[in-house]
Amino acid sequence: MMKRNVIGKGPKDLKKTLRRLMKYLGFHKLALAAVAVMVVISAMANIMGTYLLKPVIQQFIEPGDLPGLARAVALMGLMYGIGVLCTWGYGQLMVHTAQQVVSQIRHDLFTHTQTLPLSYFDGHTHGELMSHFTNDVDAVNEALNNSFTVIIQSFVMVVGTITMLLVLNVALSAIVIAFLLLMSVFMFISARRSKKYYAQQQAGLADLNGFVEEMVAGQKVEKVFNHEEKDFEEFCRRNERLREAGTKAVSYAGMMVPAVVSLSFFNYAVSACVGGLFVLAGLTDIATLSPYLVYVRQSALPLNQLTQQANFFLTAMSGAERIFEMMDVEPEVDEGKVTLVRTRTDSDGVHEDAGGPDYAWKVPGEAGETLVPLQGDVRFHDVSFGYVPEKTVLRHVSLYAKPGQEIAFVGSTGAGKTTIINLITRFYEIQSGTITYDGIDLRDIRKDDLRRSLSVVVQDTHLFTGTIADNIRYGRLEATDEEVRQAAILANADSFIRRLPDGYDTMLYGDGDNLSQGQRQLLAIARAAVAKPPVFILDEATSSIDTRTEKLIGIGLDHLMEGRTVFVIAHRLSTVRNANAIMVVEQGEIIERGDHEALLQQKGRYFQLYTGQAQLS
Amino acid sequence: MGLEIIKRFAGYFHKYRVYAILAAVCIAAETVLELAIPLVMSDLVDVGVANGDRAYIFQQGGLMVGCAVLAMIFGVGSARFAAVCGHGLAAEIRKAEYQKIQSFSFANRDRFRTESLVTRMTSDVITIQNAVVNGMRPAVRAPMMMLTALVMSFVINARLALVFVVATPTLGFLVFQIVRHVRPLYAKLQGAIDQVNRIIQENLTAIRIVKAYVRGDYESAKFDQVNQNLRGVAEHSFRLAVLNMPALQLVMYCTILAILWIGGGMIVSGDLMLGKLTGFLSYVLQVLNSMILLSNVFLLLTRAMASGQRILEVMDEPIDITEERARDVRVEHGSVKFDHVSFKYRSDAAEYVLRDINLEIRAGETVGIIGGTGSAKSTLVQLIPRLYEVTEGTLLVDGRPVYEYPLAHLRDAIAMVLQKNTLFSGTVLENLRWGKEDATEEEIREACHVACVDEFIDRLENGYETDLGQGGVNVSGGQKQRLCIARAILKKPKVLIMDDSTSAVDMVTEAKIRDGLARCLPDTTKIIIAQRITSVLHADKIVILDDGKIDAVGDHWHLLDTNKIYQEIYHSQQEGAGL
Repeated sequence: MMKRNVIGKGPKDLKKTLRRLMKYLGFHKLALAAVAVMVVISAMANIMGTYLLKPVIQQFIEPGDLPGLARAVALMGLMYGIGVLCTWGYGQLMVHTAQQVVSQIRHDLFTHTQTLPLSYFDGHTHGELMSHFTNDVDAVNEALNNSFTVIIQSFVMVVGTITMLLVLNVALSAIVIAFLLLMSVFMFISARRSKKYYAQQQAGLADLNGFVEEMVAGQKVEKVFNHEEKDFEEFCRRNERLREAGTKAVSYAGMMVPAVVSLSFFNYAVSACVGGLFVLAGLTDIATLSPYLVYVRQSALPLNQLTQQANFFLTAMSGAERIFEMMDVEPEVDEGKVTLVRTRTDSDGVHEDAGGPDYAWKVPGEAGETLVPLQGDVRFHDVSFGYVPEKTVLRHVSLYAKPGQEIAFVGSTGAGKTTIINLITRFYEIQSGTITYDGIDLRDIRKDDLRRSLSVVVQDTHLFTGTIADNIRYGRLEATDEEVRQAAILANADSFIRRLPDGYDTMLYGDGDNLSQGQRQLLAIARAAVAKPPVFILDEATSSIDTRTEKLIGIGLDHLMEGRTVFVIAHRLSTVRNANAIMVVEQGEIIERGDHEALLQQKGRYFQLYTGQAQLS
Repeated sequence: MGLEIIKRFAGYFHKYRVYAILAAVCIAAETVLELAIPLVMSDLVDVGVANGDRAYIFQQGGLMVGCAVLAMIFGVGSARFAAVCGHGLAAEIRKAEYQKIQSFSFANRDRFRTESLVTRMTSDVITIQNAVVNGMRPAVRAPMMMLTALVMSFVINARLALVFVVATPTLGFLVFQIVRHVRPLYAKLQGAIDQVNRIIQENLTAIRIVKAYVRGDYESAKFDQVNQNLRGVAEHSFRLAVLNMPALQLVMYCTILAILWIGGGMIVSGDLMLGKLTGFLSYVLQVLNSMILLSNVFLLLTRAMASGQRILEVMDEPIDITEERARDVRVEHGSVKFDHVSFKYRSDAAEYVLRDINLEIRAGETVGIIGGTGSAKSTLVQLIPRLYEVTEGTLLVDGRPVYEYPLAHLRDAIAMVLQKNTLFSGTVLENLRWGKEDATEEEIREACHVACVDEFIDRLENGYETDLGQGGVNVSGGQKQRLCIARAILKKPKVLIMDDSTSAVDMVTEAKIRDGLARCLPDTTKIIIAQRITSVLHADKIVILDDGKIDAVGDHWHLLDTNKIYQEIYHSQQEGAGL
């Protein structure tokens, strides 16, 4: 996936993010502490082993003390054994912890995303949100998997080596420390500069990805217009741009390693010369110089690793920061207390009954709970709304839908029809006025229960990966196979489903792109029908369906919707002519209302639309 | 199998072979210098310092600095060349893959998913690129370091060096076992990531549905399942991969101890000089360190192989619409004949989508196709430019089976306005030029006039230069349809197919377009799929499609008299003035 934004931006507030991450880690902190301890032990075993070689040789081998050598070897063996065990232990524990933490982050992020208001999704592209799940989570994963242990390890090695150098000769160590500082500065600066090139590479990658996605999606048009060659040329151009940017970025970053290695050779050479002079001046002896120089050589490697990992670590931190930012986005407001319950009516009145045939609103009050039967009475009182506060989309809209009525909205694209629907489902919050549902303020109803009482077929049909039956059952998860089939028959989808390779078990992929536009709409209607809710909302639900099928669906729906309130938005006026009330919406206002006959007689906008004198889109 | 994959990809490497060699040479040279520096150093200490020869010390010091400078030059060179190679290879693979995917038929496409094709062209290629860029240095260095150290240690003491005969195969065996087990896991890992991304992607696009049906918990449960699966696979594979490190340490430490013990004994018995033992030990460490570097290269390769496999699946997909039977012929007139044509999307599907279609369309005729949703209207017309291949029967254009035409010629002669139509990022003009690359301003104006694009083009922000945005998001549905029609007109085709392409256009405009088409493309065969009777009313003949079969063919009055389906459609639209 695309890696934009990952490199090129450092974390804004490192400390805060780190604290947050630590808090997030919870009891995993213990595991990480255990990992850290094991890393230190493992690194110590390694350093100590090298350090002990000299005394072992001097004390036991030189004098020929074989039993002593045996003891020393056994002791070192024990130390090494512990080292290996710790290496094994931290490796396994780290992988386990990292995967736990990362899957937890993914889970929390996903669950949180589900609670966000639609306005959040309007303001961010899919690619952007997707990148939190992929690039940012990956960065954290990478850091936990590698950087954490390597940083501790390298740190121990650097500190250990410098200590050894200091023990051997303080004055000479000044040279090494100076060089190490120089290398750090060099690496720091290079890392900062290579970020720029990486940013270019990421931009090139995003650009190519976008192009490929668009072309793969539009392949039919490409073929129909014989446009393959032309597109291929364009692809090659972008591909080449990416190649150049990528080569530059990687060459630059790749130069850091040999550069640092060479710097360490300078260090080595200078230390050797100065050390030689020190020996000649009698400041140290040759027996100290040789091991000293070995340590000098060793010191470069962990530092190199440390810098490399520090880069990953910073990337991970900026990833974590973005993840936390998203987790901090306020979920949809939901202060509603009124819930939806099923009821049964008998001689004593209305009772709550989970298996009952009817629905009611359970309204908590001071005198206890009251049950208000769900009827589907929706009223707008002087409602104004805009997706962004400064641009009003609906102006002072008042309307009412009596239970069992069919209310239709017609009007130009962008007039505000879908917006009205968006407010009934409370996808967005109104700015002024009130909306009531069976006399209850919409805001007092718990959102989930509100939406459960409605069945919406939205304008752009979306299907999920899964079988056809799964997709229909989405409307009501406990629906039986027979109910699914009945809903499909009602939506006139049954005949085409049966002709698919696996019938109802045919898998749909990629938003059902192997179905025709009309077929996808039929499935969406079946999905709504299987839910059997008290209120139906159909937003351009039949725009790609032929008029005869539409009529057949209409008959089925009429039966299903008997006594239920229905809101319909349609482009084709034949779809809405039987509605009890037709509202003509233009520029956020209801300019005409009435039934078909009455509106025709007004000879206004509806009349124009109906007689083909005006265009809807 | 691993070698097979590498061999296949070596082909894409061809252009960058020189750089690969240069990179390898640079790395080798750098390694030699690095190996030489300690030797210079030991001279500096053993000769210069021991003899108190200042000049010699500085001479050797200068030599070391010289080596360091050279090493730096070679190092930078190797980084540069490796980068050129890695990114060059990636670009070549992407190019080849893109070309392959372009040649895919839709039956091929259906076997991969769109999002999977995109991943296979992007992140999988990057995995391979990273393996080259990051793997090249250790792949060249490690064997050299290992070999020198091995030779040196044998020179110091051949008997003691026999330790390697045990240590090296042991470590090799352990690493091999790890790689062998990790490999299939990496392939699984990539699949698990695909699944997680798919669910996230779907939830982002369909968030309204999820919310409307209050399915947040359901989706979370679905996500948890794939998330847990990913966690499991990832943990399993990485746990195995990190065994690398303790395995190395185990072998390394054992070797050190063995050498201390055996070497110590040899020194005591006088078979080994004391001073050689430390030198010997450092070579041992060098050998084992090189082995761990190599094992990392293997792990990188293993991961790259899994991606390589996925890419090869794309490359090896047999294309099912080919030009094998094509001859050098062109479409001259534009007559179309379906001769007992049947079709299904998958050969193993139980039912046919189209059954025994017999239909003759004469050149220059206007034919309307009307029928219920899912009656396979779109499928029928998509067979003509060979977007899909007929399963049974023959489809003839100008009396020749469609497969006898080279694809480019066939599709050049047939223009199609698709139902789910696509405009691409770019300006109005750029999109129109899809129809004809070198169209003159006059031609474009004419096409736009016929398609009634000129009615709104001035109202767009920058006229013909208006940027349409991805998928043409900046124009309304009706405007989009008219642009697509203009784009098709520019082709001046022999056959024009319009698949429900005026559904969002009002009737007055539609009539204008219809007249315009008759005027500017009088000899073109026109096939029009429509929902509205008024769209096909004037056609020479109207085909009624029902459930994948032809129910009737005839003109409006004939069908209105005799055909039940047509009557129903007609009446369903009568009230409502067909809107």
